[in-house]
Amino acid sequence: MSEKPKLHYFNGRGRMESIRWLLAAAGVELAELLSVLTVKVYGALLFQQVPMVEIDGMKMVQTRAILSYIAGKYNLYEKDLKERAWIDMYVEGVRDLMDLIRVHHKLSPQEQQKNLALIGEKAATRYFPVYEKILKDHKDDFLVGNQLTWADVQLIEAILTVEEKVPTILSEFPLLQAFKARVSSIATIKKFLQPGSQRKLPTDEKAVAFTNRIFNRR
Amino acid sequence: MSEKPRLIYFNGRGRMESVRWLLAAARVEFEEIFLDTREQYVKLIKDGSLMFQQVPLVEIDGMKMVQTRAILSYIAGKYNLYGKDLKERAFIDMYVEGITDLMHMILMFPFSPPEAKEKNLALITERATHRYFPVFEKALKQHGQDFLVGNQVSWADIQLMEVILAVEEKTPAVLSAFPQLQAFKTRMSNMPAIKKFLQPGSPRKPPPDDHYVSTVLKVLAEE
Repeated sequence: MSEKPKLHYFNGRGRMESIRWLLAAAGVELAELLSVLTVKVYGALLFQQVPMVEIDGMKMVQTRAILSYIAGKYNLYEKDLKERAWIDMYVEGVRDLMDLIRVHHKLSPQEQQKNLALIGEKAATRYFPVYEKILKDHKDDFLVGNQLTWADVQLIEAILTVEEKVPTILSEFPLLQAFKARVSSIATIKKFLQPGSQRKLPTDEKAVAFTNRIFNRR
Repeated sequence: MSEKPRLIYFNGRGRMESVRWLLAAARVEFEEIFLDTREQYVKLIKDGSLMFQQVPLVEIDGMKMVQTRAILSYIAGKYNLYGKDLKERAFIDMYVEGITDLMHMILMFPFSPPEAKEKNLALITERATHRYFPVFEKALKQHGQDFLVGNQVSWADIQLMEVILAVEEKTPAVLSAFPQLQAFKTRMSNMPAIKKFLQPGSPRKPPPDDHYVSTVLKVLAEE
């Protein structure tokens, strides 16, 4: 009898949000500990860092390792080595874009203006054209292997997150618009996008101040 | 009939060095093309060879692979260096990711401004000694086996060996409190494929120097 995976993180998106997305897409119920880290938990962190996910008897850390395990376990990660390679490449690209957004709230207002421009520019010229072209070339509903994989979940997360900052970002990408509509209507993902799900709100200043206090940052 | 993998990168360690280590450990011969000029780089982009306009690029099995982790993951899977099941993969992934965080600090070090170098060096040593090496010391001590995961050599062992040597170049006595890691290093050094890679004339690259840094900045036009 397997227990629900248990997520240890702050009450915010950060690095854990991609994990919430992937578990939700797989239809997996989870438990969350969204509170100040206790010493007990702190001692259970392999490299003294969160995210940490208790799953299948392991205390997993390192976001990519966690995502990779979940994808493998819940059939969102092709068995064929070459198809995995494409999924990995697509996921890593999206991750680079998400990293720009993840740190946005930590920047000063001036830096945020510059970062916003950078996010818009990279999304529109480096990342989204790649996925638009993939969908155009094979005409399938999903990025790899004609079925929902980790790559699709990561991409829809990125699209929605960039849109929060740059609402018109998909204007030049009709296939990504269709992809967004299609994937949003998948039952598990539709549920995740509704209020009351484990999806977290965009990080705001209150969350930043709170996190800074935890980590003793100025 | 498969051709040799082809690595396209600067003539130096950077992000490609881990790929060289892994291929060498798997006894896979490969070719290298070195980026010395911006023109070469721009041409690669124009040809559509760089999915996200970035190197490393590895041409392997008919694919133009980018993104270091994706490349390493593929090589590990193909050459049996990725454990035997999902849980072993999970541990290999965790260890590799931790090591990568430390490697990243070393990778970025030559590009940090002169006034920050002393601080960054201290941080590398501190992280190695207090955050990362104790984890691997403990893992080896607990199971008493020669390798980190599943009693056979994996991507995690290769990556650990690489980072130990890289940190030692900066802090020679860094393993003094880690007897298991010292024994691990000796064992790994004696494995034929790795022994060969550690000898002069192998594809292993020297530590980055000013020429390497200026080449990277010039090619990427990040002055």
